[in-house]
Amino acid sequence: MDLAVEASNEAISKSGIDPSEIDAVILATISFPYATPSGATMLAAEVGANDAAAYDISAACAGYCYGIAQADALIRSGNSKYVLVVGGEKLSDFISPTDRSISFLLGDGAGAAIVGPSDHPGISKTVWGSDGTNWDKVGMTGSMLDFRDGKTEWPTLVQEGQSVFRWAVWEMVKVAKDALEASGLEPEDLSALVTHQANVRIIDEFAKQLGLPDTVIVAKDIVETGNTSAASIPLAMHRLLAEGKVKSGGFALQIGFGAGLAYAAQVVELP
Amino acid sequence: MALSEQDVLAGLAELVNDETGIAADAVQMEKSFTDDLDIDSISMMTIVVNAEDKFGVKIPDEEVKNLITVADAVNFITSNQG
Repeated sequence: MDLAVEASNEAISKSGIDPSEIDAVILATISFPYATPSGATMLAAEVGANDAAAYDISAACAGYCYGIAQADALIRSGNSKYVLVVGGEKLSDFISPTDRSISFLLGDGAGAAIVGPSDHPGISKTVWGSDGTNWDKVGMTGSMLDFRDGKTEWPTLVQEGQSVFRWAVWEMVKVAKDALEASGLEPEDLSALVTHQANVRIIDEFAKQLGLPDTVIVAKDIVETGNTSAASIPLAMHRLLAEGKVKSGGFALQIGFGAGLAYAAQVVELP
Repeated sequence: MALSEQDVLAGLAELVNDETGIAADAVQMEKSFTDDLDIDSISMMTIVVNAEDKFGVKIPDEEVKNLITVADAVNFITSNQG
């Protein structure tokens, strides 16, 4: 929560709005440790957006892009004027140090964005979906009920790395291409590709298969930050902007994919 | 037309070389991908996907675990060609 609050306050400050103007708070997370109440309600109160609609999204590494899709729809429909979208995770609460399939990749973090009205489109149509037939490819070692009943140790994150790699590259490249087409932009119009920061091997192969021009910067925040699930895309974008690798107003193709399996992609104007 | 075992081996060796830089002539039937050729699981999956394209076969995820040696892969591909 501390990380989410800090990221949110930075986003609110940079947006220039007062937090009381926020109509909805969407927190994408898989690691808030209560079934209820939501993390978003706590977050909304902490950042001064009390009385905003507030809910958590559980869409794993696609969570932030799911949140952006929802914020986009809420604003376009006229339901909301400003939406705070946060990807926030404390994955360290859910790792087993002895698990070699995923634990060493994971990190904690939060990234946030204020989405608001504009005189021109700044978020393209989201291409999103899921594949529940592969529900068991990335997930937990057991349920909370299994833990309660003594059937498993504390549930931790685990994955079938090879299967996830294949899906994350070859299936998700198709989604990225669809999202780019939906945006009406050409590859050379992009400033950046910001994939979920799953691991460097996925990012490298993904970029190779997508075949964007060399002018498009590929975010690799995982090298410094690790895989922070729903937080990875906003953190990676924040780094690109902070390091001056991309400029505000350029376009970024962002794509999140992971446990579910779930995925979402859209092109956004860089803040 | 189905390829011969030798053709499949040669094609597979080329894919291994493209992905890992390992010399094609090091890719021999009796070699283990992991233990002898030092190919990790991620590179193995890239080779598998490229082999699907090259040879027109489907190699499901659950089958990849059974491809321990080069011979396992060559035999799977030759017996599943269309």
